[in-house]
Amino acid sequence: MGTRNELQTSAAANQPEQRALAPRVDVLEDEQGITLLADLPGVPREQLEIKVDGETLLIEGVVAAATPPDLKPAYVELRVPRYRRSFTLSRELDPSRIEANLKDGVLNLRIPKQAHAQPRRIAVQVG
Amino acid sequence: MYESLWSFPGGVMGDFDRLRRELDDVFGTSGLASSIRSVAPGAFPAVNVGQTPTSVEVYAFAPGMDPTKIDVVIDRGVLTISGERASALPPHQPGDKRVSVYSRERSSGTFKRAVSLPDDVDPTRVHATYRDGVLNVSIARRESAQPQRITVQ
Repeated sequence: MGTRNELQTSAAANQPEQRALAPRVDVLEDEQGITLLADLPGVPREQLEIKVDGETLLIEGVVAAATPPDLKPAYVELRVPRYRRSFTLSRELDPSRIEANLKDGVLNLRIPKQAHAQPRRIAVQVG
Repeated sequence: MYESLWSFPGGVMGDFDRLRRELDDVFGTSGLASSIRSVAPGAFPAVNVGQTPTSVEVYAFAPGMDPTKIDVVIDRGVLTISGERASALPPHQPGDKRVSVYSRERSSGTFKRAVSLPDDVDPTRVHATYRDGVLNVSIARRESAQPQRITVQ
């Protein structure tokens, strides 16, 4: 019974409405935290969801480009109008202080480290 | 050193990769002629082209651009979209606060995509907008090219 439920939920996730592309990201780390930049072209602010569930960060966005109603596609490179990608955050990051900024389809997430997790130099004693 | 464990020369996916490349070499174009301006899949920016009875719509997915720096040119029936995307990564300077780059998937640099337009478009009636990182170029079709109803007397 448990296995069948799992199969059903994963099949549901692969239904055409739920299929999503993984957006390309740049991840940088400096001493204060992590900066994540994600390319989400076509996603307006109201269609972007950023969720932190425990240690998992989930970014999901729906492309809402305004197209004329009688548009017939002739050549399509970007077929799936949804982006989704998740990351596990390590414990020294502080998800409660995440800052997010979406501009021109680029999501800029700043995840600071816990205040006490800033790198500390440890003096090496000799002798 | 290697992008991932899958791309070792003798790795698990190595044989699949080689098989895909060999099949692509033999069957990739399937004998059909491809557009002389086509690019490999995954080029930046992705482009979608659609048609309505009154216009041709081109969408280029180019996030993070300054719209004044995107060049949109129509010349002899070919629409060219070009520009340069600045890298978001900090330039490396000695003595800088240390920044580690874990993932660098977003492309940067100059790009150019070309779309060949059908003969019935009017290059003087073009409208381009940039919103949420998507450039939409709308080219109207000539009036005379639209189907005209002919009444039977």
